[in-house]
This record gives sequence, structure tokens and C-alpha cells, in this order.
Amino acid sequence: MSQRIVIDPITRIEGHLRIEASLDAANTITDAYSSGTMVRGIEKILIGRDPRDAWAFTQRACGVCTTVHAIASVRSVEDALKIKIPKAANIIRNMMIAQQYIHDHVMHFYILHALDFVDVVSALKADPKKTSEIQQTISGWPNSSPAYFADIQKKVNAIVESGQLSLFSHGYWGHPAYKLPPEINLLAVAHYLECIDWQSQVTKIHTIFGGKNPHPNFLVGGVPMPIDMNSDQALNAERLSIIADSIKKLNEFIDMVYLPDILAVAPYYLEYAALGEGLGNFLTWGEFPVGDADDLSKFVVPRAAILNRDLKNLIMPDPRDPAEMKEFITHSWYTYTQGNDAGLFPWQGETVFNYTGPQPPYEHLNVDEKYSWLKAPRWNEKPMEVGPLARVLVMYASGHEGTVALVNAVLKKLNAPASVLFSTLGRTAARAIETKVFGDLLAKLYDDLVAEIKAGRTETFNGEKWEPRTWPKRAEGFGFMEAPRGALGHWIVIEGGKIKNYQMIVPTTWNGSPRDHKNQPGAYEAALVGTRMANPDQPLEILRTIHSFDPCLACAIHMIDAEGRSLGEVGTGFNIVCHR
Amino acid sequence: MLEKNRKIILGLGNTLNRDEGVGVHCLEPLRERLKGFPAIDILDGGVLGLDLLPLVECCSHLLILDAVDAGKPPGTVIELSRDEIPLFPRVKLSWHQVTFQEVLQFAGIRGNLPGHLRLVGAQPADTSTGYGLSPVIEQLVPELADRAVAVLKKWRLV
Repeated sequence: MSQRIVIDPITRIEGHLRIEASLDAANTITDAYSSGTMVRGIEKILIGRDPRDAWAFTQRACGVCTTVHAIASVRSVEDALKIKIPKAANIIRNMMIAQQYIHDHVMHFYILHALDFVDVVSALKADPKKTSEIQQTISGWPNSSPAYFADIQKKVNAIVESGQLSLFSHGYWGHPAYKLPPEINLLAVAHYLECIDWQSQVTKIHTIFGGKNPHPNFLVGGVPMPIDMNSDQALNAERLSIIADSIKKLNEFIDMVYLPDILAVAPYYLEYAALGEGLGNFLTWGEFPVGDADDLSKFVVPRAAILNRDLKNLIMPDPRDPAEMKEFITHSWYTYTQGNDAGLFPWQGETVFNYTGPQPPYEHLNVDEKYSWLKAPRWNEKPMEVGPLARVLVMYASGHEGTVALVNAVLKKLNAPASVLFSTLGRTAARAIETKVFGDLLAKLYDDLVAEIKAGRTETFNGEKWEPRTWPKRAEGFGFMEAPRGALGHWIVIEGGKIKNYQMIVPTTWNGSPRDHKNQPGAYEAALVGTRMANPDQPLEILRTIHSFDPCLACAIHMIDAEGRSLGEVGTGFNIVCHR
Repeated sequence: MLEKNRKIILGLGNTLNRDEGVGVHCLEPLRERLKGFPAIDILDGGVLGLDLLPLVECCSHLLILDAVDAGKPPGTVIELSRDEIPLFPRVKLSWHQVTFQEVLQFAGIRGNLPGHLRLVGAQPADTSTGYGLSPVIEQLVPELADRAVAVLKKWRLV
């Protein structure tokens, strides 16, 4: 009999992402189901509002990656109303996007994903002298003395011994799937702690350009930050120097910590270079417009689709083509007026809730019926993976110089062919590779901005079409954004100066999508099939692959648990593992 | 090194999940009662996660108000001392799920937990989506505020 594993981090309330996986007798995953268990509904809130305000609502879709939905939103309105933004404003937006990537990717790795590969308890057994030697071999990072690592060990040990830190009883420490030597575990634990300091110093680009962080301010037609070297209310020399310093700190950490760590850890987990990528289809909407937002020839990350892992044949997708872009709800808790198997283009999209799932708490979802709040977006009726791997593949395939050099260097180091990119490890490496590419880009964008200012082109707002009386009676727009997690699109319809329809297709809707009208799985679902579990009670292998996608879930529920229990364990005779 | 001298009452929770937001609901009565003590900051920490770390680390005194799952009957008041609050991050699917307990864990490992730290909370009755507190928790708010003031008295801040 097959058993079903459930991972649902927040079981007392509605969770956000739930994974159910069926195993065969050898504990290999035969089928997986991904369910979004919380509804977003922001689209409904937006109907009838002023399109110039939409960004402030949409960026509340997330409390952490707060720029992405604002940028997609202002771009959708600018696309609909044919507004061109000044060059300095475009550079500033690009800088904010680059910073978002770097911050988000580094934090994702150290706070979440690294601990899938790093055994913290094993770090206590490390010889700090050997860790120091490893650190000094892999990079010139200054925190590298034996005393430094011994001190980290002491701090971690003190907390373990206090018994208060159930961090160490709630991870899967000691799991047979952990492979790193203690010395590399200690190295990674040190960097896990260091990234906390680092992250507090590097969000200043958002704070300065957007006035605050999280949730910086944005503006249809440009950016809300004027440039004036003689004003303390604007972007001035002092603020530019803070930004320059911030960029330096961002890039030092990428070059000397993040990338070297990935390269130090990856060789121990080469089995993950052979599994964890299931669809073979990839999509990017593209990012970093150098000129106008509609001049696709000048994007740093091109807009492209890849089918069946064919890197020789990049296809140009058209997000404005109703035949290409459709969302399906066959297995999603919605109804469409055209029926359950219809696919709707986002400008004609409908958001009508229809929850038919079980009342929580429940054991299993009925995956033959509807089982997710995520719709199933499809490009040419095909499920697509979006995110760092898609972007790196597209940049690699299109010959982006920095990307090609980095990918080749990583493959050489691992002594592996390019086909290993199509995997969990490939996704994790791609995230680090693009972080380096975007870090270098950020430094260049800074120089571009300074050059614009020196040339006196300091305009950051185009107000020509600010007034609704200048707008057409009806307009449709598409706003793209390559969010850290992947291709994000906002589709807007403006009528009579107000929002008539608004649809967001977010990266996690692509990657975490349920099955569609043709029963095709989404990216998470496909990626998990074939993975063998060492111990289904501790589904570390599932977490590794799911975490490699960097799921984005609204972080909304955090109640203190006084007992430190694993919550919501429900016994059914099968192995059910539920964690808050 | 940042100075650790702030005295903060930090209400935590998501007020869109009813009793989950009880910590935030306690702040208003406390603002009333602590009007004469401008040195005590009364802050709504919401569900900010890691962004709360600088606030935790700059305190000499930190009083946390929050919903607590202690497996007790709904409406039970729970008070935890500095050494009783479990510090752990839990298995999570997204790095966005950084809990406040993980924030405390970071402060702990970094040696920056406030010298005076206490949690006053309640076992919730209803954490479903929606505004407002359940009747049992609503009635408890004055008592929680009393308990908070008692902690401040013990700390000789009021």
C-alpha cells in the first residue's frame, strides 16, 4: 500500500503551502501534490480603484519581497497608458530590483535552504583550525581565524546546552542524508549567523530610494525620489555615498561568502544534480530594461521560453496574446463562467471563490477534485518553471557573457556537464550565479546613475499622463517583473479612470500550481517525483527540492508555541508529518 | 556596538487572525495607563519577523505581549521568563516564515538578548481569519494589561 506524506507548516490555522506526496514500497515519491491553502484575493480589492494606487495594495501581497508587486503594478499601468519613465528613474528602479535579488537570495540560502544541507549539531564536532584553513583557501573573507570559528562553536554550544534552543531538536540533525564534514558545517553555521548582520546593512538602497523599508514607495511615471545634490530632501551626495557603501558590502558577501560556500557544499550533494527538476519547461518575462520597458532587445535577462530543456531554441513568449497565456481552475477552488475546464487570459480573468475542500483540520486533500487556491497558469497550455534556474538558463543560452563564464566555472569545479543544471542543485547554484551577475550589474547601474546626474539628466518623474483626463476611455496593460522567485506578471484593465480588472500571476503560482485541465502537474509536483526518501518521517529530501524553488508565502501567522512541539501531528496509520 | 538601553513593550501578532493579534490589542489600554512614562516605548511589532531583531537587541528591558500556544484551555494567561521562552525556528517551507522565536534565537546566539525579558500572553480561543477578539480573550485584555504593568513595576520602570 502506498503511503502519503504531508508537509503543511501551519496546520492549526489555514496553512499557506501544503505538499502531499505518495510513496511506493521503496519510499520513492510516485506522485506529489502542491496546494496553496490560503486565498490572496487582492485582485478583488483592486476593482474600482485608481490605477495609480494599485501598487500600494499589490505590494502587500508579501511582507518580505515588498518591491516586486509594486514594480509589476506601476509597469502595468505605464504599459496601459503608454507612459515612458525618465532614464534616471529606470536606473533607480533597476538598482532596487538588483538589491532585492541579492538580499533575498542570500537570506533564502542561509536562513532556509543551507540548513537542508548543513548539520548544525555536527558543527560542534569540527576542528576550528581546519575550518579556518578551509575558509582561507576558498576566499579572502576576513572572519577566518581558528579563534573566530572556536568562538562560534562556543556560542552555539552554550545554547544547545541550555536546552532552550530547540532549533537543534526541530531540525533533522543527524539525518543520514546530511553529508558535509563537520568543518564545512561549522563554516556554514558561522555564515548563517553573519548574514544577520549583513542584511541589516544592505537594505539601505530601498530605504533611500523608496523612503522606507519594508514596503518602499513607488510612483506611476517614475520614482518618488527627486535628485538634487543641494537638497537634504532628495537624492544627494551623502545618500549616494551610503548607497555606494551598501553596494560594496552586498558584493563582498556574494564574492567572498555566498558563492564560495555554494561551491564548497555542492560537491557533497551531487546526487541532487540528478534529480529535482521535473518539467523541462522554463519561462522568463525578462528584467532590467536598459532603455524603454517595451524595448525587449535591451533586457539584461531576456524574455524567453524554453521547452523540453532545449537551450538551442529560445522562444519569445507574448504575455499579451490570449492564445498563449491562460489560467486554468480545473483543480483550483474557483469557478469560471465558461466552465471548469476553460482557460482564461488574464485581461478576461475571473476571481470567483469556490472552496470545495475539506474543513480543516483534515488528513488529506481530495486531489482528484479541486485542491488548491493557486490557479494553474499555462503558457501554450504547458506548465512552466520560473525563477533563478529559468533566468540563468535563458541568459546562458542567449550568451550573456558574465553568466556563461560563471556557469562554465561552476560546471568545471564540479566536473559536470551542463545537463546537471536541470536539477535541485542546478536551481540552487543558479540562484547564486545570478546573485553574482546582478551584484556586478548593480555596481554598474550605480555608475550609470552617477553619469546621468553628472550630465544633468536628473528628472525622475514623467507627469504628462498623470491626470486621468489624459487617459483613453479603456486601456489594457501588462506589467512584468522577474521577482527573485521568478516571472511575475500583472495584467490590468482600466476603464473610465478606474481599475476594471486586475490579475496577478505570481512566480509561486507557476511553480506551485496544481494540476490543470489536462492533468499536467505544476513544477513542484513534477520536481518531487522519483525522489527517494531515507526516512519518510523526516522528509528532508522533499524540503531540499521545494526549498530550492524558494516558495513565497505570505508570512502572516507566527504564534508563540510554549511547548516547542511539532504541531498538528495526526496519526492515521500512515506516516503523516505536519510541521507548523 | 549599539546601546542596549531601550525599554520596550512589544505587542505581536496578526490582527487579521482574531486572537492571534491579542498582543497588539493589549497595546491601546497600556498606552492609556502608561501616559506618564514616556521612556517606555509601546510598539506594534505585528508579524515583522526578522525586521524586529534590531528592536530586540537594543533593549535593556523587553516585555513581549503575544498569543501563546501552551496546550492550555483558551483564555489561560501565560507568563514566561527570559529562560522559559523556547527559541527555535521550526521547519519552514519559506524563509519568509521567520518566527519571533527565531528572532529571539538569533539575539540569543549573538549574546544580545535583553537582560530583562518577559512574555505575557494568552492561549487563544479562535485564530481563524477575521477582525476582533473572541469574547473569552476580549475579556482577558484588562488582565493582560494588569500583568504587563505588574512586570514593569517589578522592573522598577513604573
